[in-house]
Amino acid sequence: MLTFVIIYYVFLIVVCCAAAYYKHRTALLLLFTLLCVSLISGLLGGASVLVNITICVALLAAAAGLSYSFREAMIQILPPEAAKLMRTAPLTAAFGLLVIIAYIIAAVFAPVIAPFGEAEVVGSSFAPPDDVMLLGGDQLGRDLFSRLIYGARNTVGIAVMTTAIAFVVGTLGGLVAASMGGWVDQVLGRIVDTLMAIPQLIFALLLLTIVGTSVLNLTLVIALLYSPLIFRLARAVAGNIVVMDYIEAARLRGESTWYLITKEVLPNITAPLAAEFGLRFCFVFLAISALSFLGLGIQPPTADWGSMVRENATLISFGEVTPLIPAAAIALLTVAVNFVVDWMLHISSGLKE
Amino acid sequence: MADEKSVLLEIKNLKIEGYSDEQWIEIVHGIDLTLHRGEVMGLIGESGAGKSTIGLAAMGFTRDGCRISDGTVLFDGMDLTTATRGERRALRGSRIAYVAQSAAASFNPAHKLIDQHTESSLLHKVNSKNESEADAIELYRRLRLPNPEEIGFRYPHQVSGGQLQRAMTAMAMSCRPDLIIFDEPTTALDVTTQIEVLAAVRDIVDQFNTAALYITHDLAVVAQMADRIKVLLKGDEVEEAETRKMLADPSEDYTKSLWAVRSFQRDQKPPPPANETPLISVKNVSASYGPVKVLDGVSFDIYRGQTVAVVGESGSGKSTTARCITGLLPPTQGEILYDGQVMPPKYQDRTKDQLRQAQMIYQMADTALNPKKSIGEIIGRPLQFYGGLRGADLKKAVDQLLDQIELEPSLYYHRLPSELSGGQKQRVGIARALAAEPSFIICDEVTSALDQLVAEGILRLLDRLQKELNLAYMFITHDLATVRSIADVVVVMKEGKVVEMGPKDEMFQPPHHEYTDLLLSSVPEMDPDWLTNLLEERGVDNIGDAAHQKKT
Repeated sequence: MLTFVIIYYVFLIVVCCAAAYYKHRTALLLLFTLLCVSLISGLLGGASVLVNITICVALLAAAAGLSYSFREAMIQILPPEAAKLMRTAPLTAAFGLLVIIAYIIAAVFAPVIAPFGEAEVVGSSFAPPDDVMLLGGDQLGRDLFSRLIYGARNTVGIAVMTTAIAFVVGTLGGLVAASMGGWVDQVLGRIVDTLMAIPQLIFALLLLTIVGTSVLNLTLVIALLYSPLIFRLARAVAGNIVVMDYIEAARLRGESTWYLITKEVLPNITAPLAAEFGLRFCFVFLAISALSFLGLGIQPPTADWGSMVRENATLISFGEVTPLIPAAAIALLTVAVNFVVDWMLHISSGLKE
Repeated sequence: MADEKSVLLEIKNLKIEGYSDEQWIEIVHGIDLTLHRGEVMGLIGESGAGKSTIGLAAMGFTRDGCRISDGTVLFDGMDLTTATRGERRALRGSRIAYVAQSAAASFNPAHKLIDQHTESSLLHKVNSKNESEADAIELYRRLRLPNPEEIGFRYPHQVSGGQLQRAMTAMAMSCRPDLIIFDEPTTALDVTTQIEVLAAVRDIVDQFNTAALYITHDLAVVAQMADRIKVLLKGDEVEEAETRKMLADPSEDYTKSLWAVRSFQRDQKPPPPANETPLISVKNVSASYGPVKVLDGVSFDIYRGQTVAVVGESGSGKSTTARCITGLLPPTQGEILYDGQVMPPKYQDRTKDQLRQAQMIYQMADTALNPKKSIGEIIGRPLQFYGGLRGADLKKAVDQLLDQIELEPSLYYHRLPSELSGGQKQRVGIARALAAEPSFIICDEVTSALDQLVAEGILRLLDRLQKELNLAYMFITHDLATVRSIADVVVVMKEGKVVEMGPKDEMFQPPHHEYTDLLLSSVPEMDPDWLTNLLEERGVDNIGDAAHQKKT
């Protein structure tokens, strides 16, 4: 252990000096901070803290390396247009894309990847991880790893569906309101105001209690609750577009409202809408998890991450990480999507470095 | 103070680079400039010549994404390129001031004029608040703003554009700077207002012996203002000379071509036979925005193949008339006849064919073309919509139109509007109007956002198309030079009424209606004595008031 500690500090100091010598400002500051943190935590917590720090740094480095190679590979593979776009992606965005792709693969090929069925009882309840059950068992002895993979399918799938419906409804409404104006705008606006006046989670619980919990109802109710937000965004951005001369030219040509909103206005507002999609997707995702956690979301034995957290929640008092794993899956996707959204916002705002 | 005629600003071998497409590109290639105290130098050139960039560099400032890469800017012996931020800040406002093109965009709408006026003298601790306010009122008086005691306590939106521009000049004078940089201060104003501002600026520069850099693309304006003129082209100096010498005898070909711009003139067409039905007939039209009446009994006729120019100051109802004709604003009274037939007042009620006959070309080509559509799509849509063309036929028709507006189809078909220059965008706007195969086109200030050379090209194109396709134009403009070059009939509007109308040749000969006379005599001429003479003619020195009184 002593050799590890010595090597650890010597290595950090040497790298720090190297960064200073080659005048890499950011690298130097980062490394020096790490050195200070290591010195203090090493003194307080002993060698095991240093090992943990090493593991964290190694994980981060691995993620960065993976993202970098992923981005470079994509630049090589993709057609020139997409490759040019990819070249502007920061490492965080590449990481986000990579994670999203991994989730999509897990969701689509869930039956192939998962070693056991979704509701299949494999071992004893709360079985510890072993070679058969990679992440151990849940409260009924089902394989947590398999359920995690099936959960991607249900949770992410439903979230995507819900967000898509909310967007279609909200954007369409917003565009119609912005381009027609007058009483149409007023009526739509007041309906939306009414919907937004009621607290979302309470309203969702209320509606789900009335219509009953099924995947379809869940999707529609959450879509209904989220579409007003998108309506307001779409109406606001489209409001800036419909006053343009090219819209006036199209109106004077005698174009229909449908042509106006789909061909003239929509292409000009896709960037903010796409960014909003990523953000809203995370919220919907969390809303479904919250509802599942409360027992009104996706019903057992269907695996979804929100209810998996709830089912295994008791285990947290025994110092086990099992309930945190599905929570981590949610967190990772949320972070990944937001990395990509940040990148898109950056592109659409036209900011330069 | 130093010697009256000592060198104030000396720019040597100034090079400026701009960052685009991930590399630095040089946009100003080594400019030398010497300005003495009390001297006014005019910088002229097309857009992209680097006029404004040099103007800003004279304050040691560059826009975002630009940098001074070489050369020195010596202001009163101090090199601004190497000065610290703090040193440059201390100079700005107190010793160098800047007057921007759009005063409306440069004033903070949330503060009163006088508070913004006194800000820099308070900041530089030149005067106390009370002294500054007294001084502001004095300057407002000298710049002949109406009610100088009271006007400063208004907000920017409560005064007119010309007054705002003068208030901005007053603000620039607040610390009695040694140098003022005027960046196109009158470009956005109409002719009668422009005179007020020009006279005021010239007076105040004379009175305080201030040196000035006057940036503009209007030669006639610079001829009135500057002692010396420097001509710029794409970041290079073309030539520099005393104003009179430059006007009388330019040595470079490029300068000669600039001087020649105003030469384009078309003969007036013969009036149509008496029995011909007018193509468009505006009959006694009144219109209002809410309770505000903006048009009051406007009537005029437009015949096939003729150009009717509608002139007047901003707010005179020119564009509103166009909106009534197109049906965007249904008139409260009167009617629009097309070829003898009454048109439905609202565009929504008009048939596809009625809509097709009247097309519009807009002032701002930037907002008139959808930025997300390619040129081919933009021009192709009317062909598709009215003509029902598809596939190869459509492509062929678009190519033909691109040929007509003198843009190479293979190069421009797939481009986006952002990849074109201002003049090219305006051409695309024309092609889109032509694609509908109209008989009548409304041109709303189509050349006012363009440089003279480019505008000239557009006017020639419009003229050629009129001959080829027998089009009728309604030309809305406040630029009388444009009217002179292409109109057949001139309609003068003021406060929503037609003041005078008639064939161009008659309209440009006296006697005129008083207002027409004011408009005509306010168009700057190349003669450097023009402003001085006009000042004397109109009642000695108070031209601003004179112009104002005539208007009201």
